[in-house]
Amino acid sequence: MLRFLLTRVSLVIPTFVGITLLAFILVHAVPGDPLQVMNGEYAITPERHAELMHEYGLDRPLPAQYLIYVGHVLRGDLGRSLITHAPVVEEFAALFPATIELSLSAMLFAVVLGLPAGILASVKRNTFLDHGVMGASLVGYSMPIFWWGLLLIILFSNTLGWTPVSGRIDVAYDIEPVTGFLLIDSLLSDDADAFRSALGHLVLPAIVLGTIPLAVIARMTRSAMLEVLGEDYIRTARAKGLIPLRVIGVHALRNALIPVVTVIGLQVGYLFAGAILTETIFSWPGVGKWLVDSINRRDYPVLQGGVLMIGTVVMIVNLAVDLLYGLINPRIRYRRA
Amino acid sequence: MVAGLEAIEPTPAAPEGPWREFWRYFSANRGAVMGLLVIAVTIFLAITADLVSPHSPIASDSTAFLQPPVWQDGGTWNYPLGTDAIGRDMLSRLIHGTRFSLLIGCIVVAISGTIGVALGLAAGFFPGTFGILVMRLMDIVLTMPSLLLAIVLVAILGPGLVNAMIAVAITYLPFFVRVTRATVLGEMARDYVTASRVNGAGTLRLMLVTVLPNCLAPIIVQATLSFSTAILDAAALGFLSLGAQPPTPEWGTMLADSRDFVLRAWWVVTLPGAAILVTVLAFNLMGDGLRDALDPRLKR
Repeated sequence: MLRFLLTRVSLVIPTFVGITLLAFILVHAVPGDPLQVMNGEYAITPERHAELMHEYGLDRPLPAQYLIYVGHVLRGDLGRSLITHAPVVEEFAALFPATIELSLSAMLFAVVLGLPAGILASVKRNTFLDHGVMGASLVGYSMPIFWWGLLLIILFSNTLGWTPVSGRIDVAYDIEPVTGFLLIDSLLSDDADAFRSALGHLVLPAIVLGTIPLAVIARMTRSAMLEVLGEDYIRTARAKGLIPLRVIGVHALRNALIPVVTVIGLQVGYLFAGAILTETIFSWPGVGKWLVDSINRRDYPVLQGGVLMIGTVVMIVNLAVDLLYGLINPRIRYRRA
Repeated sequence: MVAGLEAIEPTPAAPEGPWREFWRYFSANRGAVMGLLVIAVTIFLAITADLVSPHSPIASDSTAFLQPPVWQDGGTWNYPLGTDAIGRDMLSRLIHGTRFSLLIGCIVVAISGTIGVALGLAAGFFPGTFGILVMRLMDIVLTMPSLLLAIVLVAILGPGLVNAMIAVAITYLPFFVRVTRATVLGEMARDYVTASRVNGAGTLRLMLVTVLPNCLAPIIVQATLSFSTAILDAAALGFLSLGAQPPTPEWGTMLADSRDFVLRAWWVVTLPGAAILVTVLAFNLMGDGLRDALDPRLKR
């Protein structure tokens, strides 16, 4: 087990080097003077320019510049935004809870609907129900979610007037940020209306972001269940006279869950990518929208820092999923070690 | 010979050819056949776009801004699916959009398929330092959410359709490399490869002539599925104004243009997205069918 742990953890280092390299190259490969790229466009004298180049170490060879950059990163210094002049790390930390709240809600939506749908489809294999679930999940899997979001806005916000169009909560409510998750913070503030407002703002974005994971989880659950349902121990359980609910819910589901849990873990990377689109459609103030805005404003330090932070988060979550998987499933642990 | 026996004796049927066998499996999947039909129509529209579309996709009619489709009040047969905010015919733009979607799919799959298969083959044949290096590199690419990586690459290369295609292609590399390498490693242990080696085949011949053809099935399946995700991702980049630029009638870009009219003109929003969904769905359906027909082992 220890060896498995060490091997897996040691893989993090080259991955992190890769992410920092990508973020570093990003700023240096963008056409234009790196000083302008990093500090925005304003006129300075050639002397001042040379001085600044030296100050930022931009006159050093690229490998040296890279090492300086990594040094800054490891000390938690990701530079400042060209627009707001606030440290990138602070901006990220302020917006990140919004993205996590959205992603967790989306995942909850996907799991709560996807698991039962997949189980039902596998138990009622080749029936109308099975075909319906699989058809729907293929449509969900093929869905351009940026369009799906617009459709839901037209239907629920515009035609029916059930949900607000954008943002996280109505401006009328001033909620004290305790956890950064508005659902929890509004509950803590004992304001039921604020909670309802936050929930109403969250529903549509969560559905949009959760649609593709929902489709993936339903498909994966079905195929994992089908594989398990053919095993001898299921026949034994049935032969013992256990009620079907127990056979399916306990004997089959437990074993089918292993690949499903992995798939859920692997959706984390997707959630960030999807959050970029979802947050843009619903003006959700999270890191996804922040990144898109940074591109449009040519705010390269933000883009660089954001990419680095998100890459690192995904890397850590993937590592955690892998380690957990090794804990749940000894077969993996021994095969890899 | 007794007459009765003749009837029982099985008539020796000609062995089923590979294409015939493939078609038997493929056509058993109704969804796959439907997907194939939709793709055929899409290809037809892309080729004949200039002939079948009633108007130019970029010509705007100043007398018909945001005209609704023909079945709604105010719609005319001149613009069957209505017009967009600057009076361009939606139908013609949608038809021309098929060209871009197919082009995006083809080019992305061609780039990432060629490079990915080459790298995967090499990594499978030289599993030492080279193989490990390639796989590590691919792991790093995989760590990045594909759309985020594509956005970064477009930020570096500059927005535009060509750069969007290159960016998306790079994000798909790991999938081709992994599939190819895994299949190659499986095939390398087979007797026919050893036999060919003993016969004196060189490494290049072993790679391209002996092993590669036997690895094609999962690669083709991967290519079909990448085709559909490429259309989705490129449309997403277009939607973020990082892909094809206006007035290009690319569906994602059309959606980006239409966002301000969500509440006023449903057709400028609904139609391009529906076109994306139908095309992507068709390729996914066909991909599933191909997987069943080409590789029963992959069937789940």
